[in-house]
Amino acid sequence: MTAGDVVGELRDGMTIGIGGWGSRRKPMALVRAICRAGLRDLTVVTYGGPDVGLLIAYGCVRRVVTGFVSLDSIALEPHFCRARQEGAIELTEYDEGMLYWGLLAAANRLPFLPIRAGLGSDVMRVNPSLRTIRSPYADDTELVAMPALTLDAALVHLNRADPSGNARYLGPDPYFDDLFCLAAKRRYVSCERLVSTAELMDSGPPQGLLLNRMMVDGVVETPRGAHFTSCVPDYDRDESFQREYATAGWDQFRSAYLDGDEESYQKAVAAR
Amino acid sequence: MTRADVCVVACADAWRGDGAVLASPTGLIPRLGARLAQLTFAPGLLLTDGEATLLRDDEAEGWLPYRAVFAVVAAGTRHVMMGASQIDRFGNQNISCIGDWSRPKRQLLGVRGAPGNTVNHATSYWVPRHAPRVFVPEVDMVSGVGHDRGAIEIRVVVTNLAVLDFATPDRSMRLRSVHPGVSVAEVQAATGFPLTIPSDVPSTRRPTAEELELIGERLDPEGLREKEIR
Repeated sequence: MTAGDVVGELRDGMTIGIGGWGSRRKPMALVRAICRAGLRDLTVVTYGGPDVGLLIAYGCVRRVVTGFVSLDSIALEPHFCRARQEGAIELTEYDEGMLYWGLLAAANRLPFLPIRAGLGSDVMRVNPSLRTIRSPYADDTELVAMPALTLDAALVHLNRADPSGNARYLGPDPYFDDLFCLAAKRRYVSCERLVSTAELMDSGPPQGLLLNRMMVDGVVETPRGAHFTSCVPDYDRDESFQREYATAGWDQFRSAYLDGDEESYQKAVAAR
Repeated sequence: MTRADVCVVACADAWRGDGAVLASPTGLIPRLGARLAQLTFAPGLLLTDGEATLLRDDEAEGWLPYRAVFAVVAAGTRHVMMGASQIDRFGNQNISCIGDWSRPKRQLLGVRGAPGNTVNHATSYWVPRHAPRVFVPEVDMVSGVGHDRGAIEIRVVVTNLAVLDFATPDRSMRLRSVHPGVSVAEVQAATGFPLTIPSDVPSTRRPTAEELELIGERLDPEGLREKEIR
C-alpha cells in the first residue's frame, strides 16, 4: 500500500488511534497524508504529540481523547494548546493508565475494565458519563469502570515489517502499538524498511515482533516516516526541526515543508 | 553550598527509607535528588533513564517500558515526585490547565498519570518557584488527588524556599522546614492559604561534604541545577 491508499480507506468522522508516545515513533508520514487529504471531524485517540498538533493545524480534528499532549523536549504542543484556548476542539481527558486500560478493554472485547486511576480526581467531573463499579467480592472496593476505547482505525509506525503485516520495533519501548491495533477494526502499519519475512526474523529477538499479520490490514514503507519524532535506533528525534515546528509561524512552516507530497517534505527536511 | 544544593538534598530525602521502589522524578533537581539518594542512603531505589532502561549508578540494570511502569503504579511500588502548576492545602495538584477546563485560559500538559499515581502510591511534589499562584486555595483541575480526595500518601512538597509535609490531624499542609536564609514569614507570604506552622520551624538539612562533592563533581558538574530555581 501507499500512504495515500491508507487514507483512501479512512472517512470523515472516524475514531482513529495513533501509536507511539508523545514525540516518539509516531506514524507521521500517515498523519501528513491525512492532513493533505483534508479529512474532517476525526476523533483522535493517542498518547499525544505532534500527531495531534499537525492534525489540528489542518482542521482535521473534532475531538482528542488523551492523557496528555506534549513534544517531550518541548513540554507543550503549540497547536493543541491554542485550539483548546480558542475552544476549537473537544477533549476527552483521561489519566494515562485509563487510556491504556480502555485500549486493553477494547482489545479483549470487554465493555470496560476496572481501575483505581481517576477516583477522586476531576477526570470524573469532566467526563460525566464515566461510571464507578463496586467489587462483587468481600473487599467491596469502588473502582472506575473504564469503558473500552474501540477504534475505527489504528495507525502505527514500526522499524521493520514484512509485506504481510508482521512487524517489529527495534527501540527500547513498544509503547502501546499492539493494543492500538487490537482495539481497531482496520489496522495500518507504516515502517522504516519493508523486508522479507526471513530478514524480519533475523533482524532482532523474537520478543521484538510486536505485531503479527492477524493484527494488521495494510503495510506501507515510509522511510523516515516518523520524522520529526524519534524512531530509534534508525534515528533520534530531530530536535532542531521540532523547535522550528514549535516556534515558526504556521503559514511559513507549512509552505516550507508541507504543501507538497511526502517526497518533497523529506527533500525539504534534508536540504535545511 | 547553594540553594539548589539544599533543594537537591531535600528532594533526595523524600525517598529516604523507601527501599526497592521505582523513584520517578520530574524535573532536573528531583532527578539529581533521586540519583543522589540511590548513590548514598537509598541504594535500593530503582531509576529509569526517562525511557525504558533501568539505571543503577548510571549503568543499565534492567528494562521497564511504559506498560510495565503502569503495572508498577498499580502495584504501588513507586514513589513519584511530580511538578505542580497549582497545589492546595490538602495536596490536590493541577498540571492540566489554568482556568475553566471547558475552555482554559492556559492549556498545560493534561492530567498525565497524576490521578492514578496519587491513588496508588506515594507522591511528592517539586515546586521551583514557591508563589501564591502555585499554592492556591483551590486548584482549577484536580489532576493528582490530595488527602481529602483519597490520596494514598502525599509525602512532601519541596520548593525553592522550604519543605512542606502533611503531618497534621486532618492531613493538611504544614511547614516542615525552611531552607537556610529563608524566613517563616517569607514562606507564608508566598503561600495562598494558611499553613500549619509549628512554634519552632527547623532549618532544612544542609548537604554533607560527601553529598556536595557528588552533586558538584559527578551528578551536575555544569551547574544546570542553579537555572531551575532562578
